[in-house]
Amino acid sequence: MSEAGLQPAPTEGPRGTAAETSPVRDVRSYRRVPWSRIGLPAVLLVLCFAFGTMNPNFWSVTNLTNVSRQISILALISIGQTFAILSAGIDLSVGSLLALVSVVTAQQMLHFGLWGGILAGVMAGALIGLVNGFLIAKAKLPAFIATLGMLIAARGVALTLSGGMPVVGLPHEFLYLGAGKIGPVPVPAVIAALAFLAAHVMLSRTRFGRYVYAMGSNEEAAILSGINVVKYKVLVYVVSGIFAGIAGVVLTSRVISGQPTLGEVQELYSIAAVVIGGAKITGGVGSIGQTLMGVLVLGVLANGLNLIQVSSYVQNIVIGGIIILAVYIDLARERRR
Amino acid sequence: MSVEPNRHVVEMRQIVKRFPGVLALNCVDLNVRAGEVHVLLGENGAGKSTLIKVLSGVYAPDSGEVIFEGHPVRIRNPHDAQRLGVSTIYQEFNLVPEMSVAENIFLGREPMLSQRLGIVDRGRLLRQAHEVLAAFDLHVDARATVKRLGVAQQQMVEIAKALSLKAKVIVMDEPTAVLTAHEIDRLFKTIRDLKAHGTAVIYISHRLEEVKLIGDRATILRDGAVIGTVAIAGTPISELIRMMVGRDLKDKFPKLRVEPGDEVLRVEKLWRKGVLHDICFRLRRGEILGVAGLVGSKRTEMARAVFGADKVDGGEVFVRGRGSQIKSPSHAVRAGLALVPEDRKRQGILASMSVKQNLTLSMLSRFSHKGMLRLKRERKVAGEYASLLRISVPSLERWAMYLSGGNQQKVVIAKWLGTEAEVFLFDEPTRGIDVGAKVEVYQLMGELVKRGAAILMVSSELPEILGMSDRILVMREGRIAGEFSRQEATEEVILNCALGGAAFTTKSDAGGEQ
Repeated sequence: MSEAGLQPAPTEGPRGTAAETSPVRDVRSYRRVPWSRIGLPAVLLVLCFAFGTMNPNFWSVTNLTNVSRQISILALISIGQTFAILSAGIDLSVGSLLALVSVVTAQQMLHFGLWGGILAGVMAGALIGLVNGFLIAKAKLPAFIATLGMLIAARGVALTLSGGMPVVGLPHEFLYLGAGKIGPVPVPAVIAALAFLAAHVMLSRTRFGRYVYAMGSNEEAAILSGINVVKYKVLVYVVSGIFAGIAGVVLTSRVISGQPTLGEVQELYSIAAVVIGGAKITGGVGSIGQTLMGVLVLGVLANGLNLIQVSSYVQNIVIGGIIILAVYIDLARERRR
Repeated sequence: MSVEPNRHVVEMRQIVKRFPGVLALNCVDLNVRAGEVHVLLGENGAGKSTLIKVLSGVYAPDSGEVIFEGHPVRIRNPHDAQRLGVSTIYQEFNLVPEMSVAENIFLGREPMLSQRLGIVDRGRLLRQAHEVLAAFDLHVDARATVKRLGVAQQQMVEIAKALSLKAKVIVMDEPTAVLTAHEIDRLFKTIRDLKAHGTAVIYISHRLEEVKLIGDRATILRDGAVIGTVAIAGTPISELIRMMVGRDLKDKFPKLRVEPGDEVLRVEKLWRKGVLHDICFRLRRGEILGVAGLVGSKRTEMARAVFGADKVDGGEVFVRGRGSQIKSPSHAVRAGLALVPEDRKRQGILASMSVKQNLTLSMLSRFSHKGMLRLKRERKVAGEYASLLRISVPSLERWAMYLSGGNQQKVVIAKWLGTEAEVFLFDEPTRGIDVGAKVEVYQLMGELVKRGAAILMVSSELPEILGMSDRILVMREGRIAGEFSRQEATEEVILNCALGGAAFTTKSDAGGEQ
């Protein structure tokens, strides 16, 4: 068996499990190479080389550090969005949540110091997520409507709490979170990377993660399989709120003030990142790795277009087109099957 | 009758229709005369719906021909059928709920003020709708919004629509399943009016008493073949039943004899307003309890209520002697219940998840430690269940969507085998799967009861009920109408009980909703 080169024995499973005697062949045979595995990384590489050729600065350490810093906020809220979309829901409130968390973080930091502020900010995110979750899972509101209401209301709360003014005077140490570096890597990027890792483990290795997919794949079947769908749905939005909370704290550090106007339309970019990654907007299909790809494509596009001096107006057109194209390709592939 | 009585409007000759693994129609002949009510009889799966779907252009036959008013025709789609004059009224109506009756009747054929600008002549629309409704004395307001109408009136709208299309043949699929006795009377009056005008009606129903009342001739189908066409007036009901069923069941049902043990499930006075009334029964270890009844007799609702999937208004469910308020399926699973739902696609299979993930979904607690999954162990156990049930699949990582119906059903059943479940509620466990897979499901049921589990099996297939059950409950209109031991049960006895004795059975108005 160890001399794999001599005997290709295609019927042998990779592991000698109980499946040996069964008609189930334990072979991971993928008939097609999924778009999610090869397609998007390829697109990303092509984009990088194209931008790198047009402007060699693209590959400079400064620029790459910049890109990673710029996309870390989008990355964090897209992680939460992935949970929501996988469970066949959506979380439109994450953009406004950035503003609300920012104001809460800054105000509480002035009262309770650095850690008190950070904790309060993340808690605010979790709390809003909890409210979303109850509205969706218990009151059975469509996720779109519940979080749309929250999108508007959370912005209102942020403006009310702050009186529409930035909250300033934050401690100097707080700057580290947004502007600091660990080696060459910006701290926000490290936080985003850790968050991706944690979310990946949650989605692929925990019961909760499995149930997220199950709810999105077929909610009724999930219920009839004995899954407490109400509980796990609430949890999905709490998780999304927590990631938005972390993003809000990091963003507050980057602007070193509480800003009630932060994060506008970010919720839409997070949805875009998730679907560009290849998740189905109707739930059940997608992964955290795919979302990471979607975030990177959006981030590299924005950065590269800037470097080759495409106006921000035209950038919007390009990015909008890319979103539509990516989903169209996915659908076209599905239809051909 | 004003028309020549023996003229055939439709002749279907030697129709053959195959589906993967099933010969649904095997050289079927059907002749329908103008002005007659022609009843199609047969058990579920006998081929009735396939036959009318061929006639109405939903399915293309593999071979055979259709002669319409003496001319061979090709019906390639529902539109062709409509143009010829064949209208079908399915159990689920094809109406736009938000639109008015008149708009529905003439949907897509509205009288226009200006063809070019697409402006509908609302006055004429209403007038024409009114004329159609009045001609057959259908008591429906042409201006009413369809969603505000009751089921019976919506059915009238469907009939009016068929009439406005100048239908010469109207197919009605179980038209009385959702009607009250009074509404049925009115429907029958309308059908008699249709006959008088020379319209043929192809009528599908399981209610034989009703068939006796309204039908002229009946064609009986069994296993996709015609058993015979008879004049209803000269044929007793018992003969019709014999023609529908009579077949050898012995080998199809590998029944294990297991000595029943102690009680594991007791259901007491379960009720849900307008749906379930006073449901009481017991189930012992080693027992298979069959639940028979007509479509709409609320068997599925009963199983779902026991499982906590639907809210109930009263009653108690005791599992293993412990009285527990089962409020949700997750409570039910913890109490030791398992449900294999009726509609595999919508309620059973998680199509975009792998076979492995489907298999282990209800038993994840076995492979998790503080919420973390042990994937290797999960893989191993999933492989074991897959081979135990001979689920043939190239890889356990494959999406469940790509499995055959039989394999999907095995997955839906297998996912309970590794749980604590001891009471299995099987709702139509062999619907839509081939004979081979059926036998495997029956064998598995045998294994389960041998292990000391108990099974409640809801089924519309009487042979299955008779072949597998130790005891049989018959439901009618949300109540338990009778209980029979394996020895005393025959198809006749059960059908009779399901129909409500020899009498006409649709007295209750409570059965109105669906």
